[in-house]
Amino acid sequence: MSDFQAASAAKAPPATPKTSGAFSLVAVVGAPNCGKSTLFNRLTGLRQKVANYPGVTVEKRLGRVRVEGGREITLVDLPGIYSLTARSEDERVARGVLLGEMPGLPSPDAVLLVVDSTNLNRNLSLAAPILALGIPTLVVLNMSDDLHSRGGMVDGRRLSERLGVPVVLASAARGEGLETIRAFLSRRSAAPQRLELPVLQDIPGRRRWAVHATGQSGYQAPAAAVWTRRLDSVLLHPLGGPLIFLLVVMAVFQSIFTLAQPLMDGTEAVIAASGLWIGTLLPDSWFRDLLLEGVWAGVGSVLVFLPQILFLFLLIGVMEDSGYLARAAVIADRTMARVGLEGKAFIPLLSAYACAIPAIMATRTIESRRERLATILIAPFMTCSARLPVYVLVIAAFLPEKPLLGPLLGTRAAAMIGLYLLGFGAAVATARLLKSTLLKRRSPLPFTLELPPYRWPTLQSIGLRLADRSLIFLKRAGTVILLVTVVLWFLASVPRTDGEAPEISHSLAGKMGKAVEPVIEPLGFNWKIGIGLITSLAAREVIVGTLGTIYGIEAAEEGGDEGSPGLQQALKQDLTPGAAVALLIFFAFALQCMSTVAVVRRETGGWRLAILQFGYMLALAYFGAWLGKTLVEIWI
Amino acid sequence: MGAVEVGDRMPARTLSDLKRGEEGILDRLEVAAEVAQRLMELGFLPGVRVSAGRAAPGGDPMIFRVDGSEVALRRATARRLILRDSTQVGEEGDNV
Repeated sequence: MSDFQAASAAKAPPATPKTSGAFSLVAVVGAPNCGKSTLFNRLTGLRQKVANYPGVTVEKRLGRVRVEGGREITLVDLPGIYSLTARSEDERVARGVLLGEMPGLPSPDAVLLVVDSTNLNRNLSLAAPILALGIPTLVVLNMSDDLHSRGGMVDGRRLSERLGVPVVLASAARGEGLETIRAFLSRRSAAPQRLELPVLQDIPGRRRWAVHATGQSGYQAPAAAVWTRRLDSVLLHPLGGPLIFLLVVMAVFQSIFTLAQPLMDGTEAVIAASGLWIGTLLPDSWFRDLLLEGVWAGVGSVLVFLPQILFLFLLIGVMEDSGYLARAAVIADRTMARVGLEGKAFIPLLSAYACAIPAIMATRTIESRRERLATILIAPFMTCSARLPVYVLVIAAFLPEKPLLGPLLGTRAAAMIGLYLLGFGAAVATARLLKSTLLKRRSPLPFTLELPPYRWPTLQSIGLRLADRSLIFLKRAGTVILLVTVVLWFLASVPRTDGEAPEISHSLAGKMGKAVEPVIEPLGFNWKIGIGLITSLAAREVIVGTLGTIYGIEAAEEGGDEGSPGLQQALKQDLTPGAAVALLIFFAFALQCMSTVAVVRRETGGWRLAILQFGYMLALAYFGAWLGKTLVEIWI
Repeated sequence: MGAVEVGDRMPARTLSDLKRGEEGILDRLEVAAEVAQRLMELGFLPGVRVSAGRAAPGGDPMIFRVDGSEVALRRATARRLILRDSTQVGEEGDNV
């Protein structure tokens, strides 16, 4: 895109100091599903840094590897690509990195070219343009364990002679061949290579070249993956397939609420107990108040969601690595197409029920930019876990529990389901709207999806992903939310008179709430709710802690203790039933989450869509809340 | 369309006409150059043998076995991939 070109033109890549021909930056390249990222993870472990390339939505993954002599080199994991033509953003980035045209990244000294050895003809023809670059390359024939177990074979040495570059048979998932790869990375000089290649734009020509090269290397394609056929006959069965699909979705959904619950309760108990313990250690002072009422209550109420988010990622990770996710996308494609999205959008939208941030990051699997933007823009409508504390608090305060369907469904659960449907409906309507306005232009590339054979997910790759996600989440809790709670605490305790904290209505926070009161008055909200709305701009769940602080509830009851009768009573006095409905609808629609806004900005490569999305959702929230209140008042 | 002339040219068979388990030789891709390039990278090369596998519920998207891998395409895309007339099918398919 033009952004990207401007960025690369503006800044020339800095020259790299190189020590006598030793590699310092090595690119890992390969087609999607070749196990490239598994290899990258194997080699670098947790020493990874993830960022974005400037101006584009593509993730930049850098990792450090220790090689011989204690030296460290940098690996850059390029996006999975089918070719080096500049059709998709991924391809432009991969091409840019390999040619040394990415700002801030020197040109790589060598390439690890990862190919799926179970489909060598096709993979090698895709790899030809990369071999033609003339960068020192090691061809990694990955998944060789699969190749051999299914009766295939290839002579690595003869292929190496044919290609003029070293070749290694490896299995990244099992850690086979890693020593050879490390030895290559430790090399100090690169042998020059000469390679006769067909015209690169001519795919049939490349393909004939690949068949010739593999034929001369004794390549025998493996037999069809028997287990994959067997599993697909069940998982893609015309009737059984969709049924299992629905069961899987429900199980994912249910388990992030039920199975994660004990862990969440445990986390909450630890936070509460540690808060109490610290309270007994510190003398009575403003610092103690800040630490307990601000930091512990605020950050603690967010940390509680960590188990839930990890659980979701564990389940999605297993589905992705096993190969089921691709089948799920195929099954979901038709339904998603009705809304104007594609099958691959299904998983990000499912993850958005836990948290929009990982969901938006998960849209990276969607190839078409238009589909991807649409998915990013509607993801925050899905009822994320941060909305739960708010929903639970308000529903518990206003709606008495009565059975609706015997013991199966009560009024409160029904209200909760209604809120989930409300968010989902808004997402569908917005997707339709986007398709007929902003994202009208059709993407040139149609939906295509390769179905990889089923594989056992490895503990290492899933563990690594979980660690990665926890870090991102903890960073958020440790920065944005910490900052907001501390600032709020200060705003609520100044100006001090005679060394005493002011009444909340006279504090700075109170004044801010009163300033927005005229705007939110039509929704039935007073200045206290106003402060909550302001602080929850940072993150939705903050409003619970904020209201707790404002209503002056005892420190022990604060923070995350959403079921506390004190807070419920106070809310009941301050809100009419109509205003309570308005508050719920407001939270269902509004994008009160700065982290999401920041991620959208990063993923869409600019502020424009992030601001548009925020404004649109705020407007919808305001009018939806007003409408909800008005309807309730007519009805009552 | 005018009157149907019996015995005249049948409309060309496409990938979307393949029933499960059936196979055919791909003749040409009637799509924009950019799309053709992507499909060829996925293995849909002229002259290659393609067989239809399972499909999603409702028959769309369809899954094709081509060049050693399985690829899902929407019917709308599959309709643009024209099969070689079965009378001309030779030994050209160089794949499984």
